[in-house]
Amino acid sequence: METVKKHFLSDMGVMLERSMRHIFRSLDTIITVTIMPIMFMLLFVYVFGGAIQTGTDNYVNYLLPGILLIAIASGIAYTSYRLFMDMQSGIFERFHSMPIARSTALWGHVLTSLVSNAISVLVIILVALLMGFRSSAGVLSWLAVAGILALFTLALTWIAAIAGLSATSVDGAGAFAYPIIFLPFISSAFVPTESMSGPVRAFAENQPVTSVVEAIRALLAGQPVGNDIWIALAWCIGIMLVAYVFAMRVYKKRV
Amino acid sequence: MQNQAIQVKGLQKSYKKLHVLKGVDFEVERSSIFALLGSNGAGKTTVVKILTTLLKQDSGTATVNNFDVAAKPDEVRQSISLTGQFAAVDEILTGRENLIMIARLRHLKDPRQVADDLLNRFGLVDAADRRVSTYSGGMRRRLDIAMSLVGKPKIIFLDEPTTGLDPEARLEVWKTVKELAANGTTVFLTTQYLDEAEQLADRIAILHEGRIIANDTLADLKKLFPPAKVEYIEKKPSLEEIFLAIIGKKEKK
Ligand SMILES: Nc1ncnc2c1ncn2[C@@H]1O[C@H](COP(=O)(O)OP(=O)(O)O)[C@@H](O)[C@H]1O
Ligand SMILES: [Mg+2]
Repeated sequence: METVKKHFLSDMGVMLERSMRHIFRSLDTIITVTIMPIMFMLLFVYVFGGAIQTGTDNYVNYLLPGILLIAIASGIAYTSYRLFMDMQSGIFERFHSMPIARSTALWGHVLTSLVSNAISVLVIILVALLMGFRSSAGVLSWLAVAGILALFTLALTWIAAIAGLSATSVDGAGAFAYPIIFLPFISSAFVPTESMSGPVRAFAENQPVTSVVEAIRALLAGQPVGNDIWIALAWCIGIMLVAYVFAMRVYKKRV
Repeated sequence: MQNQAIQVKGLQKSYKKLHVLKGVDFEVERSSIFALLGSNGAGKTTVVKILTTLLKQDSGTATVNNFDVAAKPDEVRQSISLTGQFAAVDEILTGRENLIMIARLRHLKDPRQVADDLLNRFGLVDAADRRVSTYSGGMRRRLDIAMSLVGKPKIIFLDEPTTGLDPEARLEVWKTVKELAANGTTVFLTTQYLDEAEQLADRIAILHEGRIIANDTLADLKKLFPPAKVEYIEKKPSLEEIFLAIIGKKEKK
């Protein structure tokens, strides 16, 4: 038992390396989690941008938070997919019958989700800089942005874990992500909610993505964040805890 | 006591209403090959999963390498390795990367060297740096077994190691299994193929309707068979005939 605990971190490292290889060897994953969000960004800025009234002169600044959330939502679909494939292939059984901490197999996927989404977020921010994104945020604000994005990623990752662990087909494992990828479109990510019609506006203003987007946008612009950051944190942590409990329940049942 | 690698007593397991194991008893001697024979759905994989700590039994006891599987699962896992019914290899990694990964998870000193040695031994050197998704079924199974040998576990479980393989690949796996036991490893294998048990095993146990209905060496199993048949032709009875004879007797009762 002692040796099992002692090696937990190095075992997690092995699991992380394995899944990162899966990602870098899958052109499909790379295109979906980075190229697609970048295409969205180009499309909105250079095609629709002229027609969208946001009250800011720099639409890239306005758009970036929503694009990052879309990238993360696309990314976690692959977390679910990788988890599903592992459950199917029997490699989990191999890991579980080895003298390593049982949870490593699952937590390896969670860690991979954090690391890979961090990479795609960084790439997208670099492209945004090239497109004219500028921020006056200080170190602390950037850290706060990183923290919110990490919590958002974790919340979605545990939802992905439920889907990946309980799906019966590859399609099922990824399908849960589509509504989540769609959420930013009905939020303040691309256009201010004031421009939306009644019920849509009510939904947009009260769904989690809007508060996350608003909090990140304010932090990056160096403006006071107000209540949004607390609402955003409450959503992320709440969803994360509920999803975690359910995912663990499914996990215990399946293994 | 010390001579037994595995001891199973009164093992029972149900999945909801399905009573799969109804009191299974057997022992496996160290450094021997033990075959658990049974038709599809007999409960072979269930037994393997309990012995490899993947599943908990409802009642009865099982010890592996003298450790109780329910009470000391970590110690059991130190002593065993499992090649499950479905190839447990990473398709996206290369053969070499798969072996290195397992060697690192077993915290061996020189994972690269361990991988090189096993690639050599299993004739996978040429394919070592290709992704496993390009391997044939036989190569995949060989890699699967090679991964189970990383770290030289004392007891190896092979759940239907040749199901779905072509005859040539099957012979390769048989050769590997024989070598393992010759080197002192205890091999527990399950199979639906009577000739496989006949070829490989020192001892054969037949699992049927939740119980072990026969457990003997091949020679002794053959004695169970009514000698009347011998006059027909000179051929010795095959295990298949023995199997059918035993089941036939049970069902008449
Ligand atoms: N997780 C499970 N839930 C319900 N039934 C199961 C489960 N696993 C196996 N079974 C059933 O238990 C029986 C024995 O299965 P198994 O041990 O896999 O047999 P074998 O390996 O000999 O083919 C089968 O009828 C199978 O359908
Ligand atoms: Mg089976």
